[in-house]
Amino acid sequence: MKLLSRIYTVLIFVFLYAPIVVLIVFSFNESKSRAMFTGFTLKWYAELFRDDVILNALANTAIVAVISALLATLIGTAAAIGIHAMNNKLKNVMMTVNNIPMVNPEIVTGVSLSLLFVFGIQLFQKLGVDASLNMVTLVIAHVTFNIPYVLLSVYPKLRQMNPYSYEAALDLGCTPFQAVYKVIMPEIVPGVITGCIMAFTLSLDDFVISYFTSGPTSQTLPLVIYAMTKKRISPKINALSALLFATVLILLLIVNIRQMRDSSKNEPKKERSFAQ
Amino acid sequence: MKKRAALPYIVWMLVFTIVPMIMVVYFAFTTKDGAFTLENLIQVKEYAGTFWESIKLGAVSTLLCLLLGYPMAAIMARSKAHVQRTLVLLCMMPMWMNFLLRTYAWMTILENNGLLNSLLQLIGLPKLQMINTSGAIVLGMVYNFLPFMIIPIYTVMVKLDTRLVEAAQDLGCNWLGVFRRVIFPLSVPGIISGITMVFVPAASTFIISKLLGGGTMLIGDIIELQITGGANNLNLGAAMSLVLMIIVLITMMVMNVFGDREGEVALT
Amino acid sequence: MSKKILSVVLSVVLLAVLPLSLASCGEANPNQVTLNVFNWGEYISNGEDGSLDVIAEFEKQTGIKVNYTTFETNEALYNKMKTGGVSYDVIIPSDYMIGKMIQEDMLEKLDFSNIPNYELIDDRFKSSEVAPYDPEGAYSVPYTWGRVGLIYNTKYVTEPVNSWNILWDETYKNQILMFDNSRDAFGIAQFLLGQSVNTEDTAELEQAAALLQQQSVVSPVYAMDQILEKMPSEDAYIAPYYVGDCLTMCDENEDLTFTVPQEGTNLFLDAMCIPKGTKHKKEAEQFINFMCSTEVAYANIEYIAYSSPQVEAAAQHKEYLVQEYGDEIAQAIYPEDLSNTQMFLTLSEEANQTMTDLWVKVKTAN
Repeated sequence: MKLLSRIYTVLIFVFLYAPIVVLIVFSFNESKSRAMFTGFTLKWYAELFRDDVILNALANTAIVAVISALLATLIGTAAAIGIHAMNNKLKNVMMTVNNIPMVNPEIVTGVSLSLLFVFGIQLFQKLGVDASLNMVTLVIAHVTFNIPYVLLSVYPKLRQMNPYSYEAALDLGCTPFQAVYKVIMPEIVPGVITGCIMAFTLSLDDFVISYFTSGPTSQTLPLVIYAMTKKRISPKINALSALLFATVLILLLIVNIRQMRDSSKNEPKKERSFAQ
Repeated sequence: MKKRAALPYIVWMLVFTIVPMIMVVYFAFTTKDGAFTLENLIQVKEYAGTFWESIKLGAVSTLLCLLLGYPMAAIMARSKAHVQRTLVLLCMMPMWMNFLLRTYAWMTILENNGLLNSLLQLIGLPKLQMINTSGAIVLGMVYNFLPFMIIPIYTVMVKLDTRLVEAAQDLGCNWLGVFRRVIFPLSVPGIISGITMVFVPAASTFIISKLLGGGTMLIGDIIELQITGGANNLNLGAAMSLVLMIIVLITMMVMNVFGDREGEVALT
Repeated sequence: MSKKILSVVLSVVLLAVLPLSLASCGEANPNQVTLNVFNWGEYISNGEDGSLDVIAEFEKQTGIKVNYTTFETNEALYNKMKTGGVSYDVIIPSDYMIGKMIQEDMLEKLDFSNIPNYELIDDRFKSSEVAPYDPEGAYSVPYTWGRVGLIYNTKYVTEPVNSWNILWDETYKNQILMFDNSRDAFGIAQFLLGQSVNTEDTAELEQAAALLQQQSVVSPVYAMDQILEKMPSEDAYIAPYYVGDCLTMCDENEDLTFTVPQEGTNLFLDAMCIPKGTKHKKEAEQFINFMCSTEVAYANIEYIAYSSPQVEAAAQHKEYLVQEYGDEIAQAIYPEDLSNTQMFLTLSEEANQTMTDLWVKVKTAN
């Protein structure tokens, strides 16, 4: 059983990482082709750091992803707690509304938001305030499509919780805020974390919605990459992906090794098993 | 009151989701000059075939994601704590690489003279036609959305009370019984979340089908064509989106009802 | 416990962002003019392989900062400008889109006294005959041009090729690529039918669509930039594409060759314009002038590999092509005679919608 699940895990990750290996290999390709490997080179890595367009876009992407993920996590988690306390009818309404941004084709979300923003910008300009599509509109858009995902990863955790522990905490003298912080939070933290990572991830890779809501000073990486398809996507982008990948991998490794050391020092962590 | 925690959410959704949504509905029912019309919605009928195709491929991908993702989520939930965290991150990390790049990489793998076919030839097998088939589109969708299935199921499974499993075992359940009567029913909320997160974006996806399916257009591509492509017909695009949204919403509601019942049965 | 994951994520991000944001927002001078330039992706010489870094050079020479961003289609550019709030100073759309923007009063008239290098632009592209999108030549300065050709692999296609109808030849079933955008695809059918590519007549458009539908006998694969990979790797044998790119592909696989079919072909032209609402018209004109100088125009055309409308750069480029590939290829990239070509013009919204609807039908049927 253990061996079988090891093999299965490996197979799934081979599937998930095969294309990534391909795109990293092609970051060392002499020519710009993504299909034929013509020779080894490191030049794309050198060129990458000289390309202002890509570097600016990378900075924008990261800033937007971090801010929008944090904001969405905050609003989404609070919402999950609030909705969980509502009666069934209200709950259903909320969950349906929550599905709207997910059900909508991205392009429609993008267009509808841009309609709203343009309307808002014109209003601002009438009031004499200089406004345009920029980083702020981009972040608002990203938060909007991130919130439902956070909610959906936190909400199931709440449903699994013992519904009385919150009230028990209140009875035992907690303020509502303390009860949320001390009783509910620890239970749902894994959901909050995955929700946050998911939001960050979605935001990193979003093209369609960003396309409609960003201005000239807030172009993100996916937008730059799409624009390249008039000709060919530059291998510099592959080089950038390879670097990002390597950084995360190394960090992951360090954290893992440290944790292994910690856990071998301390008591062994409990292991879950619900099958033989 | 706890309910008040949802207030920022409600305001946000109202301003940035409901209001823009009303704008979409408005566009769907008006002409370019703003006059009321049903013409757009009638025109959508002509794309019924594409709608059906998108929903079919989306459903197949969702099912495959569930079949592949469920065991993976279960394995993850049983691993040691620090392994779990690593696996979660490893699941999400592919999405940190641009999705267009990854889809192009799949083309490199699947093409007639691509990596997989070269490998087949090397071991003396005949070449396969993989690229430009609906199989390739499904592969692209499964690849892109598999993490969205694994993560929610994992999130639920990791919270599963192991004592319930032990109790069932003590009461004489074999592993199949434990799975069927305890684990599976308790993981239903995760499955529902997973299906929502995969089916919806898969059915409305664009570009994947164009690149891997040799130019096949699904409903997402057609909406894109109406709105940003040559046609520049926001009204028709809005009407199509409205129809797509209604179809998906109905599907989701049916599933939620089913899911609630399933969950209650499991707990009582 | 899971705080660690978050800290991993955050530290990665910080690691990636910090040096970059420091590098990119280092210099901030309140008096400095910043030009917003909006161009196609990979469409300017950027210092790769020792080439000229055009933007950096302009910034160095003039002290004007350039905020350079890129778009992927003419429609993307148009939408971005229409949705308002965003002001660009220099944009580089294609022929028909320039026409549309002029019609909708979205462009500034240029002050050519600020663009002395305009003299170096080939007169052919100033005539309303070749460039009808801007009949007075008041709004745009040509940047690149080219034609659509037919690229094929001589290993598999041994017959002489000189007509678009090879794209309908059942001998090459499953090996044919076709343009994945309505205007270019219709164009090919229209050249075969002897129609104007700018027809708005529904019957004619339907006729062209019917012809495109007949391509189903060869099960074409619809593609755009993927053609750049699929042809050299021999994933397909025949494809239409832009002549400059055809030459790039031929470099990668010596069995490839290209031709411009006898029925005629599409002539495209991308030109620099200044949108209404710019606050830095003078600096924008300075930028356009810089782009038209011989050294810069040549660096750009070398990078883009299309044809240059700047006469001196074109002469240099042609000379290079003759040396490297011979007369015939140089002639194909810089044809003397453009009479057998048609340029796309703006279609009415109704014609556009008809074409899109027909196109969707063609594609879902094939």
